[in-house]
Amino acid sequence: MNKDVIVAEGLTKRFGDFVAVDHISFQVEEGEIFGFLGANGAGKTTAMRMLCGLSHPSEGRGIVAGYDVYGQSEQVKKNIGYMSQKFSLYDDLKVWENLSLFGGIYGMPDKKIREKTNLLLGELGFQDERNTLVKSLPLGWKQKLAFSLSIFHDPKIVFLDEPTGGVDPVTRRQFWELIYQAADRGITVFVTTHYMDEAEYCDRVSIMVDGKIEALDSPFLLKKSFGVETMYDVFLQLARKAKRSDN
Amino acid sequence: MEIVSVRNLKKSYGKVQAIRNLSFDVNEGEIYGIIGPDGAGKTTLFRILTTLLLANEGAATIDGLDVVKNYKQIRKQIGYMPGRFSLYPDLSVEENLTFFATIFNTTIQENYHLVEDIYKQIEPFKTRKAGKLSGGMKQKLALSCALIHAPKVLFLDEPTTGVDPVSRKEFWEMLKNLKKHGITILVSTPYMDEAILCDRIALVQDGEFMQVDTPQNIIDSYSETIWSVKSDRMHRLLQDLRDCPWVKTTFSFGETYHVTAKEKATVSQLETFLTEKGYRDIIIKAIHATIEDCFMSLTQKKE
Repeated sequence: MNKDVIVAEGLTKRFGDFVAVDHISFQVEEGEIFGFLGANGAGKTTAMRMLCGLSHPSEGRGIVAGYDVYGQSEQVKKNIGYMSQKFSLYDDLKVWENLSLFGGIYGMPDKKIREKTNLLLGELGFQDERNTLVKSLPLGWKQKLAFSLSIFHDPKIVFLDEPTGGVDPVTRRQFWELIYQAADRGITVFVTTHYMDEAEYCDRVSIMVDGKIEALDSPFLLKKSFGVETMYDVFLQLARKAKRSDN
Repeated sequence: MEIVSVRNLKKSYGKVQAIRNLSFDVNEGEIYGIIGPDGAGKTTLFRILTTLLLANEGAATIDGLDVVKNYKQIRKQIGYMPGRFSLYPDLSVEENLTFFATIFNTTIQENYHLVEDIYKQIEPFKTRKAGKLSGGMKQKLALSCALIHAPKVLFLDEPTTGVDPVSRKEFWEMLKNLKKHGITILVSTPYMDEAILCDRIALVQDGEFMQVDTPQNIIDSYSETIWSVKSDRMHRLLQDLRDCPWVKTTFSFGETYHVTAKEKATVSQLETFLTEKGYRDIIIKAIHATIEDCFMSLTQKKE
């Protein structure tokens, strides 16, 4: 049996009277690609911040990579990778300098940083861009670099927050191939997206409505149980029930 | 009749050519979609047309007025919703709307009919500061503020980016209603599925329009043979399809792959190929291209 690398039990976050995340419970297995969907304002970002050790839960428990998100948040941060749509790259640093900086922040030894840099640039076909400033890379390349950087320190889990927003359709698909490669290497992928076709690429998908997880299953079984053809229709049915006034 | 007219427009930032020799017209009353990824030049184009940025070469007119010489008149006649939230976070919802009405020498009452459908959804929160609104509410307030002076042309720069599919759908419903008031709408988006909701679209990449037409005409002009392919072991299928002699390109589309076939290839040839590779539950269907297929085909032709 596979090991659970994320466990949430009744995870809750309150801001005053407002319950942003309302007792969510789920597990994510090692090597799984887990899609975390929901309408704007459903509580996805808050839940993700708690799982990354950036925000303390008001109630409940979260275990990520074997560490408690409340008591061991520094250990959690060391063992996860994170990439957002805003790509946390330094535009005014060269490609190798970005890699070196991130490796250093995660406490990787210099020798290992050098080895991994060579390996990674080779895999991405970026050898000639080693000394290029990140700001002069095309957007699609930046995205690939940002993803590689988020797993540079060999984390157990990588959190991807709308990683494909705004990129062109071909690059978007190539990006998912990188995600598959990472999952094949045993890295667990926790991803949010507003593209419903991408929900189909996940092993399992959860859909949040008003702070609660209203559905969680493989895309195939979700479509079957809702009696619809696409994940978009599943999403539509659930999101329509939302009462929270984002709109 | 065209209300926006662009001729040989060029804009560079240093070595980067953001807009390369663009010419196009937008007809009065239409929803004109500018569809393409980040970095394609959408925002630069909008800034030039809204008189906020000077082009290096070429000309553009809005309702016959030149974007350089007549910029003051143009500003009275257009509404602009930038991609980034640009209202005053420390003013309340109502104060923001009043402010925009006042600087255009009008009042909320005078043009309330235009914004009513949208504004009434946020009116219950009219005393809340704009900075404290949720994403969807900010979007509605920004649209109300862009509309309150009854502009002839509305420029919406990526109004739905980062917005969930259900809210995106609602937003497009609002645009359709605005069209009934005779307002011309230029809207940019990276979401290909929104293309179908426009009267005409321009598919844009690297500062160039690759194709301009109605969504249906763009789909009809797609010249490849395209199939959707599904089987067991989808993950491995991708590589085998790419190695298949009958196949030109393979892209994932939700739970299936869209495959473009080489000339004279048939469905049964592909089926035999996959059966011999040991795949089961093979489903191959001839399909119509989507706008996203068209976009990908155009970018690959360019390369």
